[in-house]
Amino acid sequence: MHIPDGFLNVGTVAATFVVSAGGLGNAVRVANKKLGEKHVPLMGILAAFIFAAQMLNFPVAGGTSGHLIGAALAAILLGPWAAVLIMSCVLIAQSLIFQDGGLLALGANIFNMGIVASFSGYYLYRLFVSMLGENRRSQLVSSFVGAWGSVFLASIVCAIELAVSGTSPIQVALPAMAAVHTLIGIGEGLITGAVLSLVLATRADLLQLQKV
Amino acid sequence: MMKTKWWLIALLVCLAVASFSPLASSSPDGLERVAEDKGFVDVGQEAPYQIIADYVFPGIENEALATILAGIIGTLILFGVAYGVAWLVKSRKREPLK
Repeated sequence: MHIPDGFLNVGTVAATFVVSAGGLGNAVRVANKKLGEKHVPLMGILAAFIFAAQMLNFPVAGGTSGHLIGAALAAILLGPWAAVLIMSCVLIAQSLIFQDGGLLALGANIFNMGIVASFSGYYLYRLFVSMLGENRRSQLVSSFVGAWGSVFLASIVCAIELAVSGTSPIQVALPAMAAVHTLIGIGEGLITGAVLSLVLATRADLLQLQKV
Repeated sequence: MMKTKWWLIALLVCLAVASFSPLASSSPDGLERVAEDKGFVDVGQEAPYQIIADYVFPGIENEALATILAGIIGTLILFGVAYGVAWLVKSRKREPLK
C-alpha cells in the first residue's frame, strides 16, 4: 500500500506530513518515558522482520498480490507508540533506499501504515481479548482480527487521501481499495497470528513487556 | 549471558525470511492494482534517484541473487536502525517498570 509520488496533491502531502511528524514526535516522547532496556532488541528484531516479510508478496485473487504491513504485530507485542516508531523506521528506509513509497508521500505512508494501522490493530486486539478472555486461543483470534482491521482501515484512509487529492473519486477508490484489502487483510491476519503463536510458544515473556 | 542471545537467533530467522524474497509474487499489490484498474497509475512518478530500487541490488546479473542481497542488506539496516533508535530514545530510569 506504499503510495508513490504523484498520487497525492500538495495539500494532502502537507497535512499528512504535519500529522505524521506530530505522531512521530509523540512516539519518541512516550518511548522516552516507557521504553526499557528489554524493549530495545525486540524493536530491532521487529523492524528487521517487518522489512523482510514485506518483501514476500503473496498472491490474492485476480493477479493481485499483497504483503504484510506488520503494524498490528508490532503494536500487539510492544504497544502502539513503539509500533509507530518501528513502522516509521521501516517506511523511511524503504522510501530513501529502496524507492518503495514516494518521498513526498512518506508522511501519508507513515500515517496510513504507521499510525492508523498500529492504533487500529492494537485497540481491536485489546477489545477482542477483553471480550474473549486472556488465553492463547483468544489472543490468536484477536490478533487475526486486529491485523485484518489494521489493513482494512489503512486502505480506507488511503482511498480518502486519493479522493481528497483528486486522483480517484471516493465512490471509485473506496470500494476498490476496501475490496482488495479485505482479502490482503486475511494474509496479514494469518501471518500476525502465526508469529504471535511462535512468540507465545518460545518467548511468552516478551508479551509481558510494558506496552509503549 | 551463557546462552546465545535470543535476538541473534531471531535476526537469523529474519535473514532467512528475506532470502525467500525471490519467491514473492510479482503481481501488482492492492494499491497498484486499484491504480491500474481505475486508470490513475500513470500519475505516479519515478523516484528522483535510485539506490536499491525495487529491492534489486544494482549491477548483479542474477536477479534472484540481487533480490536476496537487497533483502539481507535491508534487514540488517532495519535491525541496526531500529535498535539504535530504541536505544537512543529509551527511558534512562534505573529499572524499567515491568
